[in-house]
Amino acid sequence: MTERLPESPSQTAGPYVHIGLVPNLLGISGLYPHDFGASPIKNGAMGEKIRIVGNVLDGDGTLIRDALLETWQADAGGRYPGTEGADPNVTGWARRITDLKTGAWQLDTIKPGAVPGPDGASMAPHVSVFLVARGINTGLQTRIYFADEARANAACPILSKADRPDTLIARQTAPGAYRFDIRLQGPDETTFFDI
Amino acid sequence: MSGLLPRNRALHPPALTPEYRSTRLRAPLRPLVALPSTLSEETGPVFGHGMLEPNDSDLIVNFTGTPALGERVIVHGQVRDEDARAIPGALIEIWQANAGGRYRHKNDSYLAPLDPNFGGAGRTLTDDQGRYRFLTVRPGAYPWPNGGNNWRPMHIHFSLFGAGFGQRLITQMYFEGDPLIALCPIAQTVPEGGVDRLVARLDMDTAIPMDALAYRFDIVLRGRDQTMFENCKEGL
Ligand SMILES: [Fe+3]
Repeated sequence: MTERLPESPSQTAGPYVHIGLVPNLLGISGLYPHDFGASPIKNGAMGEKIRIVGNVLDGDGTLIRDALLETWQADAGGRYPGTEGADPNVTGWARRITDLKTGAWQLDTIKPGAVPGPDGASMAPHVSVFLVARGINTGLQTRIYFADEARANAACPILSKADRPDTLIARQTAPGAYRFDIRLQGPDETTFFDI
Repeated sequence: MSGLLPRNRALHPPALTPEYRSTRLRAPLRPLVALPSTLSEETGPVFGHGMLEPNDSDLIVNFTGTPALGERVIVHGQVRDEDARAIPGALIEIWQANAGGRYRHKNDSYLAPLDPNFGGAGRTLTDDQGRYRFLTVRPGAYPWPNGGNNWRPMHIHFSLFGAGFGQRLITQMYFEGDPLIALCPIAQTVPEGGVDRLVARLDMDTAIPMDALAYRFDIVLRGRDQTMFENCKEGL
């Protein structure tokens, strides 16, 4: 017999989330020797080094400068950190902020491999994102897929469920360089998941 | 590998809550795409005690070593999932204003002064029983720009990392008896009085005589299928 409990309600992370989660990035030294999630990879990580950059935009197209993004990804072989055979130099998790002045965020990582998905299908290479900011009541879940993985993308059982899959695909701007903007509203509103 | 139970979205604030003005341009207006969880949500980073400093959960001394000003309070509780199972090893990170209601943040220009000895953040891991404990000062209420005479109730921001990336939760804790809770457009985004579950109760059994008051705040994270998920062993 188990007692069922309701999940605790979410609340906005507010404008000062940096103090709690990335104080050193904010310029507060003295709390922690280093922030958690500074990089998703360590020296020696296998795979293609990539950089993803982007902005987060509100319904007016204004850059959101107080957002925090967390990313989670598999290694180059498609294994999540901690699972059998995973690359020990891939931690997989990062915390990034939109710059308080420029509004840009950036992730330096390795390109993840395809990951086993539902019913034996394979999910195209992707980076999962959890996004919070002032004005966001419940953290938003989305995914970053890659434009140069057209065949895998077309077969991905998750991407194919998104009504606007284009909003989930990072544009390739140079070899190893991608751009992924997150739009909270508007005709190109990013697809967000309840997953 | 075990799936996450679907989130009951009715327990959470809707994205658009116009009384909290910042949501007007920041709330996604299209429905979320609901899917069963996958490996990408069922796995997540694992945190170990080796990643913490001894004073990380004591906000009174963790900034300079000299005690911060304010009313000393213990905030403690248990983290469980929807099946009432304790969640050990959950990372809890908190942040808050100082006793005067001022944050140590570039963008906070409230009149109340900074306390040179208060940083405003702490972190800990839940124990084998899912329990956690912080020592801090009671944060002050503070005014905020929302188009009127709006004041945030006394609150502590909580970030929780359970066993999977899809179990992530960020919320706020309020203090029992604070009349500003009922007036706060952010607290009131929670539907149907659910904000009560974010109100920590005064806990005189845990309060330390001549030292610190105590508040109890229990937290429930999204549940998982009954088969236990084998956690990864390695820290980050
Ligand atoms: Fe706050």
